[in-house]
Formats: sequence, structure tokens, C-alpha cells
Amino acid sequence: MLEIKNLHARIGDAEILKGVTLTIPDGEIHAIMGPNGAGKSTLSYVLSGRDGYEVTEGEVLFNGENILEMEPEDRAAAGMFLAFQYPVELPGVGNANFLRTSLNAIRRKRGEEELDAVAFLKLARGAVKQLAMKEDFLKRNVNVGFSGGEKKRNEMLQMAILKPHLAILDETDSGLDIDALKIVAEGVNTLRDEKFSALVITHYQRLLDYIVPDMVHVLAGGKIVRSGPASLAQELEASGYAGLEAA
Amino acid sequence: MSMTTEATINELAAQKYKYGFTTDIEMEEFPKGLSTDIVRLISAKKGEPEWLLEWRLKAYAAWLKMEEPEWARIHHPPIDYDALYYYAAPAKAMPKSLDEVDPELLKTYEKLGIPLNERAALAGVAVDAVFDSVSVATTFRETLGKAGVIFCPISEAVREHPELVRKYLGSVVPAGDNYFAALNSAVFSDGSFVFIPKGVRCPMELSTYFRINARNTGQFERTLIIAEEGASVSYLEGCTAPMRDENQLHAAVVELVALDEAKIKYSTVQNWYPGDADGKGGIYNFVTKRGACRGRNSKISWTQVETGSAITWKYPSCILQGEGSVGEFYSVALTNNRQQADTGTKMIHIGKNTSSTIISKGISAGHSNNTYRGLVKIMPGASGARNFTQCDSLLIGDQCGAHTVPYIENRNASAKVEHEATTSKIAEDQLFYCRSRGLSEEDAVGLIVNGFCKDVLKELPMEFAVEAQKLLAVSLEGSVG
Ligand SMILES: Nc1ncnc2c1ncn2[C@@H]1O[C@H](COP(=O)(O)OP(=O)(O)O)[C@@H](O)[C@H]1O
Ligand SMILES: [Mg+2]
Repeated sequence: MLEIKNLHARIGDAEILKGVTLTIPDGEIHAIMGPNGAGKSTLSYVLSGRDGYEVTEGEVLFNGENILEMEPEDRAAAGMFLAFQYPVELPGVGNANFLRTSLNAIRRKRGEEELDAVAFLKLARGAVKQLAMKEDFLKRNVNVGFSGGEKKRNEMLQMAILKPHLAILDETDSGLDIDALKIVAEGVNTLRDEKFSALVITHYQRLLDYIVPDMVHVLAGGKIVRSGPASLAQELEASGYAGLEAA
Repeated sequence: MSMTTEATINELAAQKYKYGFTTDIEMEEFPKGLSTDIVRLISAKKGEPEWLLEWRLKAYAAWLKMEEPEWARIHHPPIDYDALYYYAAPAKAMPKSLDEVDPELLKTYEKLGIPLNERAALAGVAVDAVFDSVSVATTFRETLGKAGVIFCPISEAVREHPELVRKYLGSVVPAGDNYFAALNSAVFSDGSFVFIPKGVRCPMELSTYFRINARNTGQFERTLIIAEEGASVSYLEGCTAPMRDENQLHAAVVELVALDEAKIKYSTVQNWYPGDADGKGGIYNFVTKRGACRGRNSKISWTQVETGSAITWKYPSCILQGEGSVGEFYSVALTNNRQQADTGTKMIHIGKNTSSTIISKGISAGHSNNTYRGLVKIMPGASGARNFTQCDSLLIGDQCGAHTVPYIENRNASAKVEHEATTSKIAEDQLFYCRSRGLSEEDAVGLIVNGFCKDVLKELPMEFAVEAQKLLAVSLEGSVG
């Protein structure tokens, strides 16, 4: 369970999050929508522990534990995963190597046995197939020369292999065609169970046709200004965000 | 870099040098300082023929008239050449077989990860182990002998194969070539000799492991590798030294000769003691390495991973004389703390249709300084010559320096010379991306640095590539940021 309580955060002198309160119980998927610049990515970075964001007020509990004091890698080990809005390129670092290093780092931290190369490859090949990607995907360097869609799928590949308890998807749907969108949705849906929860950040209601959320929240001006059931997304699609900020 | 990143980098930099132990063994040393008497003593100790003594004395006379070069971007207090020992060797006589090698020495090499026992040795690698001034053991000599390959200490080659040594010694790096080469020529004590006869592919990797142990002792080894027509060999050198507070001098010379269609691949993993975090101690590494592609379509390839030494001054070069000959230089130079590296290559194109490739990856962390210095020279006769140079620098933190000094002299209009250079930092988003996937900051830096070096590391023989990857990560410890 993720509990965000009155979270305020700033970048330098600018306060971006101005009191975000949000609870995602286990097993639920919540969507966050909102205009550009509302602070959606900022929220995802603060949750995953990026440097440069100062929390000035509030707290974030993940399964009852205060995560704001934790290093990003420890949050990953605790089961959090962020699918980046802009996945980062790592020249010279093979995708398979990166995935395995990552998986084993997390397993080590959890006191689990590391996966050897053979077991890992089996796992990775299965995931690649499920995401309808070419197998050479594993051999390429992390995100280098990937198309926008490939980068997003690569995030989903990582998610499939790391199997997080909480996934934060930051506009993973942006720039994807409908087939890719379905694959992303399926990636999330296969993880769905009573323990798994997700925070899906999106601009478009379209994705939410495939990942049906338990709740939809609107983030504007650094605050949650409205919350409602899945149908809120359709409403927003029709009326836009205008007027919400003032609310 | 963020504060935490900076802090982690600093912790990383402070990490201990794993090979810093000393070996307690009875040594024979000549008196301190350098003179014609010392040169004579070294030569006599080795039972050398008159011509070699003459050669040494000439080099010594030349050295006396020379000045230490000052053009490199390195700084150090003056070296007192009279305060050094020029010869130090384990007191017991050179063993005839591995069974007779002093157990202390065997233990030393075992600790370094270089078991000299052939049963325990790395499969497919023959090792010559040089301890201070002498070779203490060479493995797999029989196996190699059957293929006609000669792999032995150079002092032994002088006795057993004088005609070969005389023909080739100094033929690539003349005795008076430069200050440090002249010094080496005067006082070199041991090193490896490799001869691959016509048409033979050396059946195993050859490797020399250099270990400096004695205090205040200079190490001056000399390596000579000859590949006759159609022969090929892959050779690797590794080096370590104990942690000592005072600086130690290492001035080696390596000469390679490739005849028609011959191929020599020379790889180095240099891990001399780099000094402590404040720059105290460490090896001064002044090395002259040069290969002559004398024959048609011959090829010499240098691959180096330089992580050690307080100062590295080194420019492995190729003289591309034979028509269609190929020179390659793949380099990773990593500096941390107060280390200084000024390294690169020279590609001298003399023959027609010669080609060269230079890939240099410099990584600077801490307060270190890292310079790539390279020369591509196309002589008037080198029609159709080609060079491609890629120099990339990676900065970790903002206290370090990276410099690229490429010289190009093209005297043939039909030649093509291409040069690319980049300088980058490990980006905060790359580190965060890795960390959000569970990697610690050090592991993230290690991964990114290894990715940066991939084009060079893939040139190393497999076993050593893995070793080099680990070494890069370890060398960065205390530097993350
Ligand atoms: N590194 C930064 N430095 C200063 N301002 C930033 C930085 N990153 C984001 N911002 C600002 O914070 C606000 C929220 O940005 P962001 O969280 O990316 O919004 P969203 O993802 O909702 O589009 C914007 O006004 C943006 O300009
Ligand atoms: Mg955003």
C-alpha cells in the first residue's frame, strides 16, 4: 500500500508539489491525469528518490515504511518501479546485461539467490516474446538508437522481469501506436493481483480503456484537484482540464 | 554531480589497492646509483657477450647527455637517479624448473592470481613471471617448444639465441631513442623474449607478469617479440607493485617486429600501485613501446587498460612500413585521485595502403589529469593510407581534467585521416536510471564506465576482459559522482 500524505516538494526555489495526498491500496490501479507542467513527473521522481527534489513537508509510506529516507536502489529492492517518461540511454551497456545486473542487485538486497546466465536468459526471452519484441532487443545497448516506442517497451520489459509491487508508469503511452499500447496494457494487466498496485500517469483516456483503473485523480497546480471512478477519465477527455486548476 | 554522488565517488577513490602487499625474501642488490661500473656489473651478472655490454655503455653515454622530456602534461618532483637501485633479484639462483622456485615467490604470484604451477594455471596461457629485476619462472616452455616458439627471459635469449637478439634488439627502439629508452638500454635486467617462426600460429596466449617488490628499486624490463612471415601471437602483460610511500621508477622498452603477413596482438593490463588518495607514493611509469610492421600485410595491435601508476607516460606506436600493413591502438586510461596519465600512440604510415585505427577512452575522476596525445603521420610514399581516430573522454566529478592532443601530419594527398573526439560526464539521469533499477551508485558508475570502454575491452582476450572490467570498477572506488 502506498500512502502519500500532504506531500510538498520543491526543485531549487520553485515549489512544484503543494500538498499531494493519495492512497493506493494493494491490488488497485490508480491513474493520474493532468495538464503539462502539473507536477506528474515530479511526483514520480520524488516517489522513486531522485536527487535534486527537496521534500519540505509531508510523508510517503510504502507498506507502512517511510520511503523518503531511502536510497533509490533500496526503494527498488522494496518493490517500487518507475517506468520513465524519457528512458535513459546507456551507451555500451547491453540490454541483457543491464537487466540481469539489475535483477540480481535487487535479489541480493532481498537476500534471494542470484539468477545465473542461463536461467536469466530463459526468463528474459520469455518476456521479450510476450512483449512482441525481436530477440535482438536483448543484445542492443540500453535504449541507444531505440525508437520512442521501443524505449517504452523496454521499460515494460524491465517491469516484467523485475516484477514490482508498485509500478509507476509516467506517460508510458505517449507516442505509442494502438498495438504497442495494447502490449503495454497487457504488461500491466498480467502483473495484476491482490498484492500489485500501480500509479498510471497519462494524458489520454485511451490507455485507460485497456488498463481499467480503480480510481482517477487529476493533478493540477501541484495538488490533486479531483478524484473519481474510471468514468472521470472520459469526462476529462470531453471537457479538458480548463477550470480545474482553480478548483 | 549531486552531493551523495560526490561522496560515493570519494569513498570509491579511497578504496584499497588489492595488490599492495610485499614479499619478504632475501634479495641481492647492487649498490645504489648509476655509473659505468653498475652497467658493467649488470652485464657481467647476466654473463653477456661483449657486443651487448658495448651497446649498454653506448646507451649510458647517450643518456648522460640527454634531458628528461618536459612536453608531457605531467608534474613530479625531480627523480634522483643516484638514489635508486638498478638491480635487485631474489638471492637464490634462477631455478631450473618450476619445482625449484622459492615457495615465497610461488605464494606471491598465487596471491596475485597468477598461479605458476602448470596444473593450476589459466588454461591456454603461458606465463613468464618477472620479479623485480629477473624472470623467476616461465611456464609451458615444453609445449611451446614443440611448436617452435621461443618464450623465455630475455637474459636467457641473449645466451641461447644471441643471433636473434643481436639482429632485432634496438632495431625498433634504438638505444638512444629517448631519455627513458636510453636509460633502459643501459640497465635493463630482464623481460621476455618471444620468437614465433615462419608460418606458426602460437598455440597459446603468452603472458608476462611484472611485479616490483624491492624498495627504492627501478624496474627496467625489456621485451622483444618477433613474428616471422605468416606467424601470429597474442601476448599479454600485467603488472602490480606493493603500496609504498615513496615513488618507484619503471622504465620499460617493448619492441615488436612483424614480417610479411605476421600478426602481433599485444595487450596490457597495467595496475601498478597508483599512490594513495593524496598522491603519496605510486609508480612512475615511463615506457617506450613500439612495433614495426616491416612486412607486407603485417598487423600490430596494441590494446591497453591503464588503471595504475602515479604517472603514466606511454605511447605504444606502430611503424607501418610494409605495404598494406595495419596498426591498431585501443586504449582505456583511467585516472583517479591524484594520478596523472599522458598516453596515446603514434602511427607512422610509410608504406602504400597502410591503415591505422586509434580508439582511446580516457576516464578521469578525483583530482586526476588524463591526456590523450597522439600522432598520425603520413609519409609522402604512403599513397592510399588511412587512419581513423576516435578519442572519447569521460569525466567523473568536476575536479579532474581531460585533454586531447592529436597531431596530424599528412604529406600524401591520397591519404584519408579522420578524427572524432567527444567529452562527456556521467549524467545524473544515467545514474538515477540505474539506481532506480536497484544498482548501487558504485555499481552504476562501474556499469556506465564499462559501457564507455566497451569498444576497447572487447579487443582483450576473454579471460582478461573480465579481469579488466573488475579492475575498472575497483579503480573507481571512492570516485563515484
Ligand atoms: N529540473 C527542473 N528545474 C526546474 N523546474 C523544473 C524542473 N523539472 C520540472 N520543473 C518544473 O516543474 C513543473 C512540473 O514539471 P513536471 O513534473 O515535469 O510536470 P508534468 O510531468 O506534469 O508535465 C513544471 O513547471 C516544470 O517546468
Ligand atoms: Mg511529465
